[in-house]
Amino acid sequence: MAATMTAAMPASGRSQFLRSLLRRKPVVIGLAVLLLILLLALFGPMLSPYAASKLSLASRLKPPSPEHWLGTDDFGRDVLTRLAVAGRLSLLVGFSVVVVSCVIGVTLGLLAGFFRRLDTPVARLIDAMMAFPDILLAIALVAALGPSVVNVIAALGIVYAPRLARIVRASTLVIRELPYVEAARALGVSTPRIMVRHVLRNLLSPILVQSTFIFASAMLAEAGLSFLGVGVSPSVPTWGTMIAQGRQYLDQASWIMFFPGLAIVCAVLSLQLVGDGLRDLLDPRLSKDI
Amino acid sequence: MIRTISHRLLGMLVVMLLVVTIVFVIVRITPGDPAAVMLGPDATSADIAALRTQLGLDRPLLVQYFQYLADVVRGDFGQSIFLGQPVLRALADRAEPTFFLTLFSLGIAVAIALPIGIYSAYRRGSAFDQSATTVAMLAASIPSFWLGLLMIQFFAVKLGWFPTSGYGGPGASFATRLGHLVLPAFALGIVSSALIIRFTRASMLDVLNDDYVRTARSKGMGEARVILRHALKNAMIPILTIIGLTAALLISGAVVTETVFSLPGVGNLVVNAVLRRDYPVIQGALLVVAGLYVLINFLIDMLYILVDPRVRY
Repeated sequence: MAATMTAAMPASGRSQFLRSLLRRKPVVIGLAVLLLILLLALFGPMLSPYAASKLSLASRLKPPSPEHWLGTDDFGRDVLTRLAVAGRLSLLVGFSVVVVSCVIGVTLGLLAGFFRRLDTPVARLIDAMMAFPDILLAIALVAALGPSVVNVIAALGIVYAPRLARIVRASTLVIRELPYVEAARALGVSTPRIMVRHVLRNLLSPILVQSTFIFASAMLAEAGLSFLGVGVSPSVPTWGTMIAQGRQYLDQASWIMFFPGLAIVCAVLSLQLVGDGLRDLLDPRLSKDI
Repeated sequence: MIRTISHRLLGMLVVMLLVVTIVFVIVRITPGDPAAVMLGPDATSADIAALRTQLGLDRPLLVQYFQYLADVVRGDFGQSIFLGQPVLRALADRAEPTFFLTLFSLGIAVAIALPIGIYSAYRRGSAFDQSATTVAMLAASIPSFWLGLLMIQFFAVKLGWFPTSGYGGPGASFATRLGHLVLPAFALGIVSSALIIRFTRASMLDVLNDDYVRTARSKGMGEARVILRHALKNAMIPILTIIGLTAALLISGAVVTETVFSLPGVGNLVVNAVLRRDYPVIQGALLVVAGLYVLINFLIDMLYILVDPRVRY
């Protein structure tokens, strides 16, 4: 239970929490790689001597070299610079999906956990939503909404919301019965205030852990959608579209598809390492063994 | 027991009903007229009106919903707009590569995951255990389509051991067709093994400290026998659950993998349907896959009740 207290911890508790988090090697490695990717995405394009979309037919399909560290693509564009620019969008999509799924999932979970009448319908809805494999449901939603970055975010947000809703509902059911909630009610605190101040605040750690995993899944799913050509427009650089584009040159210039894939692996693996570390620390009962 | 089963059955039916409802709603959230979107910008208004009538879009929403529900219950999943054949027929025609791809990758995932998971639990905390956990996490971080492309490049293009893509063309022998599934099955199987490794390890850890394992050891029974006969047997239920769920997940993994390897399966059908806005096909595929998932879940629940007398919830 130590875990669920972090949200309401005093400052010293928080630094204690950070210290024990940073004592875990996998977490430090994960955070370092994520920071590196973030820095590359933010500042890479500014530091690069090449423009991400500048065409140069003279330097088409050049393998990695001192001039072009990760080679060039079929339009002669620098792969490293494009990787950085694409990283911005891939990270942005991942993060936005987390936000959207948090808003939907937490609201549904809180309502279901708090109001008995809503519990069964919402729980069944969650079950039904989770029966759809994530990629397939996302494909169908994007097909209905139309392909664009915003719609991909909306679709994936809807797809991952049930995961959060399920966790929030289960924890709310427990917290609702705790003495301090009863005490707050007896003191005349309003229901919305109890839900936000007393229940939600104690749910922040499981939400944080799950958000890390959703971030990772969303990045994989976005890449999959882009690769299939049913996500963002192929002209928008994301790691997924870069792989799709490099696929045509697989036997001549495999670096075009290799490095974006490696970037996805690094980002997703780091997020999983951080998420695992957080989970171990925040909820000892749910340690790695599960 | 009958009560438990009928209770579960009812729950499953409710979830199925919701699944159908979600599939119905998805097409209705299309901005504008779905019929116009499906036919594209060149369609005449007469064409659009005809399709609206064919799909029943000109009727009130509730009527459409109950009509759709009735059709699905009768096994009528509609007509593919582009292929001009019933959706179920189109799905059935392309089921073979998807079925075998799913089956093989599940086999590969289990063959990789079970020994690693069991040994990791047995040697908990060892270097093997730690590296297995890391490798499992790595496997779960690899996009299957990217792994597929790397495998095509290495095993098919460089070494020439396997065909690069396709399903052997029309009239290819069964063996040739299956040969085309080796690389895709490995790409998908490796990525999917991660979840099974973690669950096998966790569920073995749960039983390894149990009394009957200690008793078996104290009787002087060999380690291999203790682990495989006594511990594994009891750890198997959660492992079977996750294998079942992985099977359902693999069907969707197949969507992406089939595209990488140009396999003419259900995944390919769905991707093409999305590109052509052939909504009935997308809806049909969603229904079949989600239906299978719910069904597998239900069967696993039943298995629990049959196998484990303690489960009588």
